[in-house]
Amino acid sequence: MQFAAPRSASEAAALLQAEPGDARVLAGGSDLLVQMKSGALRPDLLVDIKRIPGLDAITAEDGGFRLGAAVPGARLGEHAGVRALWPGVVEAVELIGSTQVQGRATVAGNLCNASPAADAVPALVAADAVARVFGPRGERDCPVSDIPVGPGRNSLAKGEFVASILLPARPKRAADAYLRFIPRTEMDIAVASAGVSLVLDEDGRCTRARIALGAVGPKVLLAEEAAHCLIGTKLEDAALAAMAEACSALASPIDDKRGTVAFRKQVVGVLAKRAAKIAQDRAGGTK
Amino acid sequence: MALDDRKRAFKVVGTRVPRPDGIDKVTGRALYGADMSAPGMLHGAILRSPHAHARIRAIDTSRAEALPGVKAVVTSADFCRAKHSFNQDALDHCMAREKALYDGHAVAAVAATSKSAARAALELIAVEYEVLPHVTEIEDALKPDAPVVQEDRRARNAPEGTHPNVTHVVSFGHGDLEAGFARADRVIERSFRTAATHQGYIEPHACLASVTPDGRGELWCCTQGHYYVRELCADFLGMDTSQLRVTASEIGGGFGGKTTVTIEPVALALSRKAGRPVKLVMSRDEVFRASGPTVSSWSDIKIGMTRDGRITAAQAMLRYQGGAFPCGTVELGAMSAFAAYDLEAVRADGINVMTNRPRQAAYRAPGAPMAIYAVESTVDELCQELGLDPLEVRLKNAARKGTKSAYGPTFDDIGLVATLEAAKAHPHYAAPLCPNQGRGLSCGFWFNFGGNTCVTLNLDADGTVGVTEGNPDIGGSRASISMMAAEELGIPYDKVRTIVADTASLGFNDVTDGSRVTFAVGLATIEAARDMIRKMCARVAKIWDIDEEAVIWEDGCARPAGPNAGDFEPMSIAEIAAIANKTGGPIAGHHEVNADGAGVSFGVHLVDVEVDPETGHTKILRYTVFQDAGKAVHPDYVEGQMQGGAVQGIGWALNEEYIYGEDGRLQNPGFLDYRIPVASDLPKIDTVILEIPNPGHPYGVRGVGETSIVPPLAALSNAVARAIGARLHELPMSPPRILQALKG
Repeated sequence: MQFAAPRSASEAAALLQAEPGDARVLAGGSDLLVQMKSGALRPDLLVDIKRIPGLDAITAEDGGFRLGAAVPGARLGEHAGVRALWPGVVEAVELIGSTQVQGRATVAGNLCNASPAADAVPALVAADAVARVFGPRGERDCPVSDIPVGPGRNSLAKGEFVASILLPARPKRAADAYLRFIPRTEMDIAVASAGVSLVLDEDGRCTRARIALGAVGPKVLLAEEAAHCLIGTKLEDAALAAMAEACSALASPIDDKRGTVAFRKQVVGVLAKRAAKIAQDRAGGTK
Repeated sequence: MALDDRKRAFKVVGTRVPRPDGIDKVTGRALYGADMSAPGMLHGAILRSPHAHARIRAIDTSRAEALPGVKAVVTSADFCRAKHSFNQDALDHCMAREKALYDGHAVAAVAATSKSAARAALELIAVEYEVLPHVTEIEDALKPDAPVVQEDRRARNAPEGTHPNVTHVVSFGHGDLEAGFARADRVIERSFRTAATHQGYIEPHACLASVTPDGRGELWCCTQGHYYVRELCADFLGMDTSQLRVTASEIGGGFGGKTTVTIEPVALALSRKAGRPVKLVMSRDEVFRASGPTVSSWSDIKIGMTRDGRITAAQAMLRYQGGAFPCGTVELGAMSAFAAYDLEAVRADGINVMTNRPRQAAYRAPGAPMAIYAVESTVDELCQELGLDPLEVRLKNAARKGTKSAYGPTFDDIGLVATLEAAKAHPHYAAPLCPNQGRGLSCGFWFNFGGNTCVTLNLDADGTVGVTEGNPDIGGSRASISMMAAEELGIPYDKVRTIVADTASLGFNDVTDGSRVTFAVGLATIEAARDMIRKMCARVAKIWDIDEEAVIWEDGCARPAGPNAGDFEPMSIAEIAAIANKTGGPIAGHHEVNADGAGVSFGVHLVDVEVDPETGHTKILRYTVFQDAGKAVHPDYVEGQMQGGAVQGIGWALNEEYIYGEDGRLQNPGFLDYRIPVASDLPKIDTVILEIPNPGHPYGVRGVGETSIVPPLAALSNAVARAIGARLHELPMSPPRILQALKG
């Protein structure tokens, strides 16, 4: 196995492109190294992107924030601006693994690892975040929801890697929230999850909503019909119930050791409902 | 050995002195199984069956042996036949012989100069399997056409036509059941299921073995009983036990799961073949697939009760599976099921069924939690139906001194009623509850054990004392033993140091199990101290030139007594020690015993839960453990045992389970999907220690390590039933199951 720590994005892309065998991108390593230790993965090449200038930074951009692909999750929680603008994304990242794991794990890695249960991903999709992909032919921007395509599989082409993620600007009276269900209280993996992002008008009426569901399909699901149930409402019980029902209807989970189809379908609606209330509260909609 | 007659004011016993292993453990200095290394050491690795049930047609190790760095490959052919079938089962579990009996069953092992070479060699071992139909669940294993896990293992006392997978048939009880049920106002019958759970110790099994060409062996390992490890390994390798010395490392948890061998014979066989020391360390995946767990169960309970809460008859049929080998744990379940009750008519039957799962290992009160869960849940349901207070019903039916127990013996002084009374008087029992909340209660019981024990005390020249004992310290025993020695000798705790000796340095000691150590080793320590006191008094009598009987021991000093009282200045232990070598030589105390009179232990747990009606998530709001410790030698450790057992039981009740797929493979061999509780899942577990002295110990000590895991299963189930208004009859009560129950 070869290990490379290039100093530029183009060098990284070239290395990934040139490797005929299994080439993997190493950022925090909290998924990759675990899979290697268990014997599930035996890469021929590891490309460590942590030494590429700029990838370790959170920068303000057009009222939003660009997160470098090598920024460990713990730094989001320490960043007052990100915390204030996208609290739901931050709370999702702060559920990944444990405090120690968050010191290494990156948001981009969580996205590219393409686990249907990844905590950051529903929150990022709800936030309408955009991944900047760097590859042999240069940069391209891609909605985060298009990166994962199925369990453990992403849409990146040979030689490509995610260099950063943009959390966009958003208007006043807007907020997001993320909730997951686990049988315990920490150190666990989502059985179902929901990220909700809302924009309210001056009267507290919902004008825009994005709802993303995790662990109830092969990849994160954008629940557009469910979101529509909230538009024009003040999240009254009936609206929330309709929204939860739409989430449950959309969900297409499997039975496995972590939960049943029936359980996941019901609980994902409950989580979306509760996350929506939190987002509404954060956006000032209950005042 | 009986409770001391005189009422004594303890000076050391009952205090909370610093633990002797604390600094080492918090600084990482403590040496666990995997911390041992030796010059020239090789690394071992084990090849495991991917099949739940398969005949091993052939194993070709030639390519592995040819790999550079590989120094030895062993299979079952490298071991002797064991002395008897129980030992052979233990060996077959360590290394499959004719068949791989479960997913993860060891089939071969290698030793190589590096871990990577050892891993690479495993892939070069070619095993020709004939895959056989498998069975992992009790119900399935009892079906007429079920695969037979091992031939010719059916219980000898089984009735004609019993399935060949049934290896044990047991029955206990007394009285006329039919008449009893006829007297009841309400009789209910319920079936219960519990999943297999793992002991979940943090430290995986690890050892270092070294066998020299002249046939001597050294083994360092993490174990609860190194004498037993020696006995088994010597048997499997054809060695004299005296030629194999086993040293126990510090242990990162055992809970019963380290009371047998797992990898130790394999490491020894590899070392013998390679001529070099070999270290073997299990991964967590291997620990789950091939060590532990406890039994799973399927039980039927029938209980009759009068309108005012008197139980008129009680009956249980327990079915346990303990993996691919005969397993006697069901007997302990049948004996303990109704132990908390004073019953005129009672019967508990049990069978053990073989399945294609790993060989079960003891787990804290083995066999009792699942039986008592079923009984205590049924009693609770009767209380609900008849509108009776569950605590009053337990009191009304409680076993007490003179009760003929359901398993035969008549109880001596026991603490059940006092424990129930303490729970009743506690503010927890009367605290208000909110919607979606429920309170559950359960009794628990464990027999406790004494057993073979050997202790030596050595008086050092500076007047301090070394205690040599032979039981690995899994629950604070070194502190407790030092405390009892200090108490008896009348010297401060910090003048005593207790060490766990290797197998060559002290006579035989039974495994650290059955909550036996503080009781039995404590008892032997007290006797050894008294032996040492007699020798010190004799020495001083010689110095003073008076009769031995005229010297008494008081407050760490020899004093003249009787007609000689006041004739001489008392001699302290330090003064006696300083001149020992000139007055007759070293002074030591010793005692060996097969200790009887362990004294049974009862506990009562109270728990409040809140269930989220939309997700089925259970939150533990409040938990209180009431338990009889006889005499709490070191209350911190006693409370720790009470809390630890409660927490393991909470995990068992709510989320822990072995999940097998259709392919017979374990689906969750890791701590991500085998969900033990994390700290944030739990409130502080409150404890109330009762002290009803055990008549069989000089200080009244009873074992406390196991009883505490027994009540949580039913306590949680009863609390959830009352919180959601529906009862689950299966553990774990995972959120999907609770949500299902809520939907009806």
